[in-house]
Amino acid sequence: MAASWSLSGALKSMFARDTIDAETWSDLEDAMISADFGPDITDSVIDELRASVTRFKTDDPADLKRMLRETLEERLARLDPTLTLSARPAVVLVVGVNGVGKTTTIGKFAKFLVGHGRTVVVGAADTFRAAAVEQLATWAERGGASIVRPQQQGQDPASVAFQTVERAQRDSIDIAIIDTAGRLQTKSGLMDELGKIRRVVEKQTEIAEVLLVLDATTGQNGVAQAEAFIQHAGVTGLVITKLDGSAKAGFVLAVQERTGIPIKLVGQGEGINDLTGFTPHVFVQGLVG
Amino acid sequence: MATFGNLTDRLADTFKNLRGKGKLSEADVDGTVREIRRALLDADVALEVVKEFTGRVRERALGHEVSQALNPAQQVVQIVNDELVTILGGEARRIEFAKNPPTVIMLAGLQGAGKTTLAGKLSKWLAADGHTPLLVAADLQRPNAVTQLQVVAEQAGVAVFAPEPGNGKGDPVKVAKQALKFAKDKQHDVVIIDTAGRLGVDAELMKQAANIRKAVDPDEVLFVIDAMIGQDAVKTARAFQEGVDFTGVVLSKLDGDARGGAALSVASITGRPIMFASTGEGLDDFEPFHPDRMASRILDLGDILTLIEQAQKTFNEEESRKVAEKFATDSFTLEDFLEQMQQLKNMGSIKSMLGMLPGAKGMREQLENFDESEITRTEAIIQSMTKQERVMPKLLNGSRRVRIARGSGSTVTEVNALVNRFEQAAKMMKTVAKGGTPQIPGMGPIPGGHGGKSANAKKNQKKKGSKSGNPAKRAAEEAARAQGVVAPSAPAGSGFGLGGSKPAAGGPSPEELESLQKFLGR
Repeated sequence: MAASWSLSGALKSMFARDTIDAETWSDLEDAMISADFGPDITDSVIDELRASVTRFKTDDPADLKRMLRETLEERLARLDPTLTLSARPAVVLVVGVNGVGKTTTIGKFAKFLVGHGRTVVVGAADTFRAAAVEQLATWAERGGASIVRPQQQGQDPASVAFQTVERAQRDSIDIAIIDTAGRLQTKSGLMDELGKIRRVVEKQTEIAEVLLVLDATTGQNGVAQAEAFIQHAGVTGLVITKLDGSAKAGFVLAVQERTGIPIKLVGQGEGINDLTGFTPHVFVQGLVG
Repeated sequence: MATFGNLTDRLADTFKNLRGKGKLSEADVDGTVREIRRALLDADVALEVVKEFTGRVRERALGHEVSQALNPAQQVVQIVNDELVTILGGEARRIEFAKNPPTVIMLAGLQGAGKTTLAGKLSKWLAADGHTPLLVAADLQRPNAVTQLQVVAEQAGVAVFAPEPGNGKGDPVKVAKQALKFAKDKQHDVVIIDTAGRLGVDAELMKQAANIRKAVDPDEVLFVIDAMIGQDAVKTARAFQEGVDFTGVVLSKLDGDARGGAALSVASITGRPIMFASTGEGLDDFEPFHPDRMASRILDLGDILTLIEQAQKTFNEEESRKVAEKFATDSFTLEDFLEQMQQLKNMGSIKSMLGMLPGAKGMREQLENFDESEITRTEAIIQSMTKQERVMPKLLNGSRRVRIARGSGSTVTEVNALVNRFEQAAKMMKTVAKGGTPQIPGMGPIPGGHGGKSANAKKNQKKKGSKSGNPAKRAAEEAARAQGVVAPSAPAGSGFGLGGSKPAAGGPSPEELESLQKFLGR
């Protein structure tokens, strides 16, 4: 898996050269675009690096590599990636477009929390997609969490969310995680539904975190997704999934910088333990090598 | 949402700068090419594809094939359009059915690309075409993927073969093999195998997919890919091409605001045609992919052909003629009005329909705010009337109106407004019909009926705004409105005439756009 494409691989020839020349810059630009950073971020990073190179009067590609790593790390580390789950119950709403891995993430997240001695209840508010409830139930069982199911097919997701929080409050469960149906950010009706879920839960208690799940393979559309979900669901943190693939998810930097919402969790596989907190250093290491 | 805008918007902006120029200089071309490059990258077209693409566009734009008939902007549009169509595969390809049934179709792709949903859509589509598809649950990986497929099959009304419960148990290769035998026994002529999502870099799972392929020797292997995928499209597509060697591509989630990028990349890099596009969560949101139309869509020439097709599916000729007749003879009733509205609803979301019109990108924002439930409310009011009332609106006295308002959960004012609107519309349509409803040449009566219809809806929407008590002013307004009724068929007409391949010159004028916007803004 690690042998697959990486920025470092793409940059190898460039860093192997003796001096920094025009070709180095164009290689760097290509490599960053291929890692989904997008043209805007790529330009700004390269401008920054060019300035540094001039300032430090270096022409050693090794310096450039170090500077690239530092620049990316610094940019990614600007926001605080800590999850705030101190409220009791701490309500976590999980949102995202279709097929990014919301349900899987919840399973892993529940397991992670249970492993740290918290009690967890998950709410199956994805009442739309076929068998989504069953999928969540399987994950809940694996993760050792209890589950609140909709009482009937196609029940209003907001009511399932309500019942989940109610259950958490009644049984003094530490953390309530609510799964929502995947929705494309362009569907305004569905986005409004998300707003409703939020309002309903907010009447009961404060929402601790709203996590937006983003697929690492997503391109520049990730920014559009984030902006729409922030507007409608008040996202407080990002979760990047499928980072075990060949995609490098460079777009998250664009998302983070444009929206000011930090990346909080990273999913790296289909196993239940493949979810970790976000550390800029590790992330950049994976990118640049 | 509109931070980047999508490819269509970007290219439209780019070409705006070119429009005023009489001649293309090398600097113009370079500038434009840079913009196209950036627009394509922002739209997630893979870098190597972008390079190749812009290289070719530049070469051709500077080359000698300069047409005298087109202005420079049109030339570039033409070139870009040609190139897009070339990459996207030129012509649409259909599924190749096996000579000896069953035809085996295998689905493969990344996790969350939308394979299971697509299996349902494809099967429903095939069933509607007279086939007897069998869905095979060979995704034994993801929790409850099997259950999901069973539910989807039930919704689509097709058979499903799911001998294993899944959730990590069972051998998908074996299931696939058994499925073939089962299909032969039960006389299913198409077998659709849903496989587990897998990453391109997961060698083990790719091998499994290859094994399934070997075991069942499918006639088609469809690679399902999310339209929102970024630069990774290249690696993923290559990995799947090497792993399972797919024969066609399905683009999913095309209803989002990301479009074009992945389609271009995958088609260009693998040389495999994009066969279908999946455009929504409903099982009917599925259509054969038309490269030429997609190119037009990207270039904001609209997707008129799809629109017409959708209209044809819904409107039947007979009925349209009947309605036109009714308009002319003044026997148009609220009942017909309701029927028309329901037909319109059958065509699918008005938003998505309008989005297909050329030049519609400028109104995307307005489209977002357009309240479709207005139609539902009108429907409710009409449905709260008795049959007699619908035929003879004159019957509607005060107490009847109160009853209708109560029955439909609206107010008497709203009922009054509807009746007024209807009367106005009927009158207007009568005039138009007598003056010869614009029967668009060469289009037959179907879109003509449609034109009249939407004009009707428009009337009914627009009316709401102003109703002056001053008779003179009202007459003036009416006259203006009468023009407004004729206007909508004008852009549609030129749009139809465009046929999707000619450059943007025929797009709607600002005034036409404005009239549409007025309609949308109500």
